[in-house]
Amino acid sequence: MIRSHVLICGGTGCTSSGSKAIREKLADELKAKGLDEEIKIVQTGCFGLCALGPVMIVYPEGTFYSRVTVDDIPEIVEEHLLKGRVVERLVYNDTGSKAEELKDVATSLNDTGFYKKQKRVALRNCGVINPENIDEYIAMDGYFALGKVLKEMTPDDVIKCITDSGLRGRGGGGFPTGRKWAFAKASVGDKKYVVCNADEGDPGAFMDRSVLEGDPHAVLEAMAIAGYAIGADEGWIYVRAEYPIAVKRLEIAIEQAHEYGLLGNNIFGTDFNFDIHIRLGAGAFVCGEETALMTSIEGNRGEPRPRPPFPAVKGLFAKPTVENNVETFANIPQIILKGADWFASMGTEKSKGTKVFALGGKIKHTGLVEIPMGTTLREIIEDIGGGIPNGKKFKAAQTGGPSGGCIPASLIDTPVDYDNLISIGCMMGSGGLIVMDEDTCMVDMAKFFLEFTVDESCGKCTPCRVGTRRLLEILNKIIDGNGTLEDIDRLESLCYYIKANSLCGLGQTAPNPVLATLKFFRDEYIAHVVDKKCPAGVCKNLLTYTIDKEKCIGCGKCAKNCPADTIQRTDYIAPGHKLASFAIDPSKCVKCGACMAGCKFGAISKQ
Amino acid sequence: MKSLEELLAIKAQMQEKVAMRKSSGDIRIVVGMATCGIAAGARPVLNAFVEGVNDNGLGASVTVTQTGCIGICQFEPVVEVYEKDKEKVTYVKMTAEKAKEVLEKHIKGGKPVTEYTIGASNI
Repeated sequence: MIRSHVLICGGTGCTSSGSKAIREKLADELKAKGLDEEIKIVQTGCFGLCALGPVMIVYPEGTFYSRVTVDDIPEIVEEHLLKGRVVERLVYNDTGSKAEELKDVATSLNDTGFYKKQKRVALRNCGVINPENIDEYIAMDGYFALGKVLKEMTPDDVIKCITDSGLRGRGGGGFPTGRKWAFAKASVGDKKYVVCNADEGDPGAFMDRSVLEGDPHAVLEAMAIAGYAIGADEGWIYVRAEYPIAVKRLEIAIEQAHEYGLLGNNIFGTDFNFDIHIRLGAGAFVCGEETALMTSIEGNRGEPRPRPPFPAVKGLFAKPTVENNVETFANIPQIILKGADWFASMGTEKSKGTKVFALGGKIKHTGLVEIPMGTTLREIIEDIGGGIPNGKKFKAAQTGGPSGGCIPASLIDTPVDYDNLISIGCMMGSGGLIVMDEDTCMVDMAKFFLEFTVDESCGKCTPCRVGTRRLLEILNKIIDGNGTLEDIDRLESLCYYIKANSLCGLGQTAPNPVLATLKFFRDEYIAHVVDKKCPAGVCKNLLTYTIDKEKCIGCGKCAKNCPADTIQRTDYIAPGHKLASFAIDPSKCVKCGACMAGCKFGAISKQ
Repeated sequence: MKSLEELLAIKAQMQEKVAMRKSSGDIRIVVGMATCGIAAGARPVLNAFVEGVNDNGLGASVTVTQTGCIGICQFEPVVEVYEKDKEKVTYVKMTAEKAKEVLEKHIKGGKPVTEYTIGASNI
């Protein structure tokens, strides 16, 4: 008889920090202690607190262990699982309660700062069930939504329910999902398709990956529901080949669903048939764009095509197609089961429900969070994310990856939803949220994303292919200290040109990082071109390292560290010091910073 | 899968197994499982509670868990029952048989078995 479950995260983050070895060690230890009949090990999807991985939860107590190593396992087994004494040194404690209180009370994960403000809908099963076991998904009401629509609802009922819920596409654009389905249903065709976009390409985004790894059946169930609603009998999941764990779990899930007859012919004894195939993407960012994605599934080079015709009319294999993102799908079964009103009760007026964000950058708790729409950026960063490490100041948050913009510190109280972000020139995007502190140069940040889009532009249309490259060249000129004020104006007008004339979303949004930084941090651009200074001290060509001759004790460590031999002793001896101070020759300096890093007396500064 | 009933059957069968992870539980049965407890025979007691809760389908409202030594080693195996808004009940010198009785009378019936509690005169 099982008396305890040990959940170990098997998401990508924890797997790469060694959770597989931990799982194996735990199995060995339990066996050695004769506990393997009493204690069950469950591999789950992502818990979200990736920064503290590998993570482990012991139920029924709900004890949350973080940063577990293989060497900790014997202690956990001996002390906790055998004798019932929680291994306190490994317990993640961010509840604000004192250690003594914790001893008595079963520490609930939901009380920690990281989880308290979250509301998990799309991620509800991630870190709770074993994603490779369909029975566990069924225990969590899995496939009941599919049963409900097939037995009790007409396709129109389903579309109405999704429309009323106010669900909007989670892939970035925010198009109302119900309307998309209604268009596809209205299209006439002998064959229709449902496509799941799992080509998550934004740097720093891993929401879809975690859903697929933690709850793959939810996506399959939702795709079947969409198929029923629009009259399709075939679905395709386009998933990146770089997500091996997600692909493996999807394959297992599809097989299990077939075994149970939840995919295939005559599902639930009705005449509804539905089957799902997987197509691996080869890593081109543009394939996340819906028409390019469908072209790629068809076996052609992943390039976008002009719209109209829209996919709802002429999509995959020229048939009417609904394409939704993974997270969008993950919400669907819950909406069907709990009703449109329940979903619409969360969020803001025009953005309903919750949104998953991948927190990254200069923040304490990097990881995955799901929050109701309308939560302010301040709550996300300070309460959930634990704030900025090393006491630095928050400067801006970048949302939407290379297609998005940034939210400056002055707008930190903005409630995050689709329309608010667009009104400040930003974009929800798929949900990557990169936090930046005062040490980040915004011009450099814009350059980083442009380098990405220049690389990833598919080359089909000129504004994007040539335009983004010219943008990058102007940015490099500014960063190298050769820019002029006219360059800033040219940069801006070129941005608008590219936005207006590109064929697909990639080009239309590629200038956003530049436009957003120009809007909120124009002074930094001006500092780069007029004062030839980088205020954050990032852009190398604009830096000068100087030695304060009054503070220099003349030890010569900096001269030894310098790889370019630019530091020489002067003949000035500061009052109170015995040796003559050193000085840097700025014409030879390569700005590596080795001198500053080595100086124990704080005599070297950069500007 | 031909009907919702089949799906419900799987769910019912699985639900007990995952109920533990919801860690709700209005009632918490805590078994002392330190060296002293184990030596005195706490393991069969713990197993009796776990099995009893499962057999009676109480998984959603009752949590069975373990704890370390609470300092009254001479009274082990010790079992404490926490119930919302009620005084904690401490059972001492438990056995698997007594556990079944506690489960029946106290957990299901709502009446603590006073003769096994720490305050009882015959202990």
